[in-house]
Amino acid sequence: MITVGIDCGAKNTKTVVLKDGEIIAKTSIPTGFDQKKAINESLEKVLQSAGITAGQVDKIGGTGTGLKSIDMADVEVNEIKAMAKAGNYFFQSARTVADVGAEEGRVVKLDEKANVVDFAINERCAAGAGAFIEAMARALEVDLEEMGALALKSNKQIPMNAQCVIFAESEVVGLIHANTNKEDISKAIHDAMASRIVSMIRRVGVNKDVVMLGGVGRNPGFVEAMRRELNLDKIYIPEEPEFGAAVGAALVAAEKV
Amino acid sequence: MPEGKKQEFWRWDESNWKDPDIDWKDAKYITVGIDVGSVSSQAVIMTDGQIYAYANMRTGFDSPNSARNVLNFALKATDMPEERMDYCVGTGYGRVNVPFADRSITEIACHARGANFIYGPEVRTVLDVGGQDIKAMQCDEKGKVTNFLMNDKCAAGTGRGMEVFADLLGIPITEVGERSFQIDEEPPAVSNTCVVYAKSEATGLLRKGWSTEQVLAAYCRAMAERIYSLVERMGVIPEFAITGGMAKNRGVIDRLMAKIGLDPMKTKWDTQIAGAVGAALFGYALCLKGKGRKK
Amino acid sequence: MLANYGYTDGSGDYFITIDTDKCNGCGECVSACPAGVLEVLDDDPNDPLREEPVAVVGTNKRNKLKYECNPCKPSIGRPPLPCIEACKAGAISHSW
Repeated sequence: MITVGIDCGAKNTKTVVLKDGEIIAKTSIPTGFDQKKAINESLEKVLQSAGITAGQVDKIGGTGTGLKSIDMADVEVNEIKAMAKAGNYFFQSARTVADVGAEEGRVVKLDEKANVVDFAINERCAAGAGAFIEAMARALEVDLEEMGALALKSNKQIPMNAQCVIFAESEVVGLIHANTNKEDISKAIHDAMASRIVSMIRRVGVNKDVVMLGGVGRNPGFVEAMRRELNLDKIYIPEEPEFGAAVGAALVAAEKV
Repeated sequence: MPEGKKQEFWRWDESNWKDPDIDWKDAKYITVGIDVGSVSSQAVIMTDGQIYAYANMRTGFDSPNSARNVLNFALKATDMPEERMDYCVGTGYGRVNVPFADRSITEIACHARGANFIYGPEVRTVLDVGGQDIKAMQCDEKGKVTNFLMNDKCAAGTGRGMEVFADLLGIPITEVGERSFQIDEEPPAVSNTCVVYAKSEATGLLRKGWSTEQVLAAYCRAMAERIYSLVERMGVIPEFAITGGMAKNRGVIDRLMAKIGLDPMKTKWDTQIAGAVGAALFGYALCLKGKGRKK
Repeated sequence: MLANYGYTDGSGDYFITIDTDKCNGCGECVSACPAGVLEVLDDDPNDPLREEPVAVVGTNKRNKLKYECNPCKPSIGRPPLPCIEACKAGAISHSW
């Protein structure tokens, strides 16, 4: 059985091919301003990568901000459900899953069967999503991919007062002018972000094991800040966490075959 | 625009002023109010509760010195020595903004008092939209606060939010109001409250062929709706007055007042000085109670 | 005076309102709040002429109210809020 999961996100469109429960191909391309174009391209690319044709696909599951643009989706999967399925797929012991993407942060509490027990969403505010770290990277004049590693070099605790991307940018510029070094600023940025996500997690309750999905899961500085704030030994993250929701969509589609 | 000079679309004019008909030497009590905001700072010098001189400038990164700078700028318009001050009240964003002030009083109290002065005792609802906050206040006929609501967490609806857009669209901030009405039909408001997401949305609209003016109008409308919902939460009692920098932005204010259904009060004074005026008035009240500086 | 502390952002409205006419600065709410959101001050920063102490939302908390108050507001089966229960004068209310 072959299913495809398409997650049309605010920043990137992620697509995976699942064959009998195994991921055999995945692609990620920028969504840009034309969601349908990105979705079509992404699907074409992933089928090529998997070496199969569209006809061989049993069902397509769609999810993400751009769900309505996924015309070819057989199954519409809501992101919360996708997260729960994906969390359980990667780590059977998952009971709390946090998915932080470019524009939205979500937390799900699940049971051992990947059923959603409770959830919280931080939507429509960039301070609770990857956009925060991206904007701060620009303010610091550091590549986004380097932000995490930079933060890990610091062990200072500078509080950030601003709870908004726009105000935080000014605050960071102020810190730079006051000659605060970039490692410490980067750490402050990640700590601030982590405390917001963790407070969402506390709303549903921290149950081990805690799993992170979403593109921001690739940021080691953020993951470490979360781990510290949650006071855990470990947070579980799949190798390519940004594909979490797409995998979840493919899994849900498989259930409908 | 001269070659090689990057145009700063967010820049507005800094100014100082003195009343030519007042001589500071005739005054009994000279009080100063200094309002250091996150974006702009004002100093107001009052002689026996009348505005004698004032200055308005950008706070910049040097906020500890902003109070000193703006006071110097105000004094420059006069020939008054600083030592003649009987009382100085500081106010503004954050805790200690005016290190040399005799007392600090919050912006909420100062804005209501200042609005009562520059608009008149009929004012009951004051809206102040500054660089990084939105404040809504209800007050009595003496300018005492009876209800207030402030948002300084989120940039949506604030001056900074507007600056980000002016920059994105390449429109000088002083022209935003007029340009936003250079459209045939009022477009729907930008759907994202968050300035960061609204910016992406705006870029998408421009790509779809919307004109700069249409996008500007859509954003001004969204800002007006945003401010409206905050003000409505507190409640509007006539008469209504607006202070702070945003009062100068017709693009937002006209749309906001259309929703509220009132005409805002008018004043001959610069709306940005309201906080500093209120501060100077509190200083005057304290002098009248005998709390002025000893000579 | 109705003091509305908090904010609105893209995700919602989060305000704690303290009716300072009802508040006598007793401080029961301060002890009741597990997140330390509330404080009692001798001088009301927004009312220079007030003589009594008054409860306020801490300056470093008011822009994080959604996050600070989260533990007391689970999605399911929300119990009465400790701060509101503690205030005998009924001076405190939450907008969410």
